[in-house]
Amino acid sequence: MSQTQTVKVNWPRNDFSRIPFWLYHDKDVYQLEQDRIFKGAAWSYVGLEAELPNPGDFRTTYVGETSVILQRTQDGSIHAMVNRCAHRGAKVRREIRGNASEHICIYHRWCYSDTGELTGVPFLRGIKGQGGMGKDFKTKDHGLQQLRVAVHAGVIFVTFSTKTEPLEDYLGPVFTSHLSRIFNRPVRVLGYQRQRIAGNWKLYLENQRDTYHGSLLHEFQSTFGTSRATQSGGVTMDSSQRHNLTYARAGTDSDEEFKTLYKENKVHESKLSLEDPSMIRNIGEFDDGISLAICGLFPNSTIHQIGNSLATRQLRTFGPDEFELYWTLFGYEDDSDEMTEHRLSQANMVGPAGLISMEDGEAIEITHRATKTESHSACSVVEMGGAGPIVNLEHRVNDIAVRGFWSGYAKMMDFAPMEL
Amino acid sequence: MQAFELTQLAHELLVDYADFIDSEKFDDWLGLFSEDARYDVIPRENLEQGLRVSLILCSNKAQLRDRINALREANEYNLHYDRHLVSSVKAKMTEHGVVEISANYAVFQTNLEGQSKLFSVGRYQDLARLEKGRLVLFEKKVIVDTFSVPTLLATPL
Repeated sequence: MSQTQTVKVNWPRNDFSRIPFWLYHDKDVYQLEQDRIFKGAAWSYVGLEAELPNPGDFRTTYVGETSVILQRTQDGSIHAMVNRCAHRGAKVRREIRGNASEHICIYHRWCYSDTGELTGVPFLRGIKGQGGMGKDFKTKDHGLQQLRVAVHAGVIFVTFSTKTEPLEDYLGPVFTSHLSRIFNRPVRVLGYQRQRIAGNWKLYLENQRDTYHGSLLHEFQSTFGTSRATQSGGVTMDSSQRHNLTYARAGTDSDEEFKTLYKENKVHESKLSLEDPSMIRNIGEFDDGISLAICGLFPNSTIHQIGNSLATRQLRTFGPDEFELYWTLFGYEDDSDEMTEHRLSQANMVGPAGLISMEDGEAIEITHRATKTESHSACSVVEMGGAGPIVNLEHRVNDIAVRGFWSGYAKMMDFAPMEL
Repeated sequence: MQAFELTQLAHELLVDYADFIDSEKFDDWLGLFSEDARYDVIPRENLEQGLRVSLILCSNKAQLRDRINALREANEYNLHYDRHLVSSVKAKMTEHGVVEISANYAVFQTNLEGQSKLFSVGRYQDLARLEKGRLVLFEKKVIVDTFSVPTLLATPL
């Protein structure tokens, strides 16, 4: 599909308080998203420096649906290149991780250096003057496609586009400083969790920006005060409104206040109690008192702090109907053994089996399935916290950042309604 | 005890284990574990990299009861039936009276419309003790090959 493909979006309003359902299902829209967002002027999260500690270390990752090799070279720098042979398009590196100074495609044994230059073509000049590549074939013209790499506080981002602004400008001051806050000293990866969800990737970006659902869908979370709408907190976006930070402070509301308000609003009255509450203990480790920070970085990541659970979540798209969440759980290098055990215990709260996160998989799938056959005009309603101008809020009874996401998305996709 | 008798006991334990989950008899399922039991569902990719993050980790039976309680009272998940298939059961008595059990498992999920699909495949590596002629689990390790978990993981594997 070409970049010039035009898709007309029938926005019924220009403040993104109505989202046509077909945008989650359309194959042409999906292809345009790969071109204009994932391969466009956006910085995608791909990993942590801590995952590539030694020269030669590589990992295969994804930007949207494109497989990418992330490599630490002998001089210590980080390179990223499309994991696709320049010859016939085969995937070059099939392993998830390893250590190597070159990458060889198994199909015809084309060999690439750790920075992606083509260094070897078997029978380049043929055998005994017969065969081989044409005389004008130059290996230097056939390396692996390079991506730009930028690192902030040990967090690695890549972009396909030469036009993307510098990473710090792309993230904006709130999000660069939030990354510096979380990654304030060397981290140690504790492990991975993965989740395959049969839904459109945008439903997850919305989910991360919808603070309204947090304490309603995730009963465990409200019951034990990990996150409640009654706590002090808020929603902050960057100037492009693509990124979102939802934050809360545990202990700023009372159990009584929570119980009364949730009961008045006919929300479940929890019967849950814990025999062993050690898991939900929050050991304060940030001076700002924030105990919950869900930081959504457009287009493909969430960095979370839920109590003492720290993780990145990378979203990988696999067609309009499927995506994978790749959770990287980490602690700090200087964590005590006790703190490491506590973080491992709190891993129970997150990921596909997470006591406060598993529901998202189901919520997204039931939305995706139920909207699949909707007519061209049917829309979702996004106006908790009010319609109209999209602004930062000092409360969390809203889904305003969902509209922020759509506003940034529409601009990048060239889908924006008139008069915005 | 003869080796075949031990394997038979391990087989009976795992048949009950699977049946109690599939028929949602979670109290009976909890009854298969000792009070000091550890229950650990770990992605194969973490184990292979020497990383410790689990999908579910209960370090004692109270935490295991809490997990079941949350499943009943709090968590929302895809409505489904589970069906476990367990095979290749091996059991070995070690020097300290600890019985090492290993087996392969596959769990199929069937939704309320009657569509079944493979949900998870992997391996059990368990430790049990002989008590009054039956085996009691004190460590259950579920090594998940299907570590890109489809949708979500709510009911125990």
